[in-house]
Amino acid sequence: MSSGEHHDHDHDHSDVPSDLALRVKSLESLLVDKGLVDPAALDAIVDYYEHKVGPRNGARVVARAWADPDYKQRLLTDATAAIAELGYSGRQGEHMVVVENTPAVHNMVVCTLCSCYPWPVLGLPPAWYKSAAYRSRSVIEPRAVLQEFGVSVPEDAEVRVWDSTSEVRYLVLPERPAGTEGMSEEQLAALVTRDSMIGVGLAAAPQGAAA
Amino acid sequence: MNGVHDMGGMHGLGPLVPEQNEPVWHAPWEARVFALTSAIGAWRKWNLDESRQQIERMPGADYLRSSYYEKWLIRTVALAIQTGLLTREEAMSGRPDPAAQAATPPLKAAQVEPSMRRGGPTTRSVDRQPVFRVGDSVRTRNIHPQTHTRLPRYARDKQGVVVALHGAHVFPDSNALRQGENAQPLYTVRFKAQDLWGEAANARDTVCIDLWEDYLAPV
Repeated sequence: MSSGEHHDHDHDHSDVPSDLALRVKSLESLLVDKGLVDPAALDAIVDYYEHKVGPRNGARVVARAWADPDYKQRLLTDATAAIAELGYSGRQGEHMVVVENTPAVHNMVVCTLCSCYPWPVLGLPPAWYKSAAYRSRSVIEPRAVLQEFGVSVPEDAEVRVWDSTSEVRYLVLPERPAGTEGMSEEQLAALVTRDSMIGVGLAAAPQGAAA
Repeated sequence: MNGVHDMGGMHGLGPLVPEQNEPVWHAPWEARVFALTSAIGAWRKWNLDESRQQIERMPGADYLRSSYYEKWLIRTVALAIQTGLLTREEAMSGRPDPAAQAATPPLKAAQVEPSMRRGGPTTRSVDRQPVFRVGDSVRTRNIHPQTHTRLPRYARDKQGVVVALHGAHVFPDSNALRQGENAQPLYTVRFKAQDLWGEAANARDTVCIDLWEDYLAPV
């Protein structure tokens, strides 16, 4: 590695991104030269996480649950199987649980110990989800965190925080917005934000609806 | 271990700064670190819990200072050296040992998508019957292991109620130490926010935490 003079200290504190880029490039060529990784596999992994997974997957799950009561029941009973019905499965989503927001309970998800997140339905986590601020504060002052995201939960409702300590991954089923009767699944999915499925946001109101 | 990674309830760890229209990666090297880590993992030289433990072993100040993917980079190099995939000299120089024979990568491009879609379930079939049932009150143990655990500090020696049983899952505390999977019942336990944080917390609010049976005692 390029900062190799202090080998048990190679995460040099003066690293600027270009140093990191060089170190990673050096590591990649070493691993490829040794036959430890296949460069085409690396490209395929990047492509998969850029294009095949992401919050649009989760939005389709939510929209289906809003539109189809039987699907919603299956989703709340065995989320892993119900999500797989739509073709989403795998790494960091092997054991899924869906929790439903209602007027009485607002769910939000965190991983205080690392940054566990349901990749197959939401993609890779945003930086704020991995931040020390979110990981530390969500369990002790969830309402203050929600306020910063613009979500105000009434005092007489419960805020229920899910700390993802195991390989179970949580997806929030947000409340269906008013004024969406008769909308197609595709139209509904467009209202489902990533943040609403983490529980730090609400689904968007349909265009033209009163705020 | 009681490390800085165990952040639940800490104060003073900076502002929350959500980014609008955030890209999947903030620099190309992040994508490469992610991919390298995923691909080299296919050698199965270390398990998920060892991998998390390796990041937790970073000195606390370095942990806080390093970005997420910088931690991944440090972890991947460290595990590759520990397990003999790389020598320290190779990691330092960036050049393969001339005496070493080139290996054949276990993960080919065509296997990437099936492999990601399959994932790695942590449920196991075991004879061990769950001690607790949904609705039971339990108390978390007051343990402070110096090694990997998934019982957060803020939830030790606290009383809660079992709200779900997820079957038997690999136990991280032993698996991280290569002392066996010790698969056992995994529960979700709901705690009142006031039982965790005192009277200042909202009386209605709760925190649900997934906890293995060995973390729990009957009340």
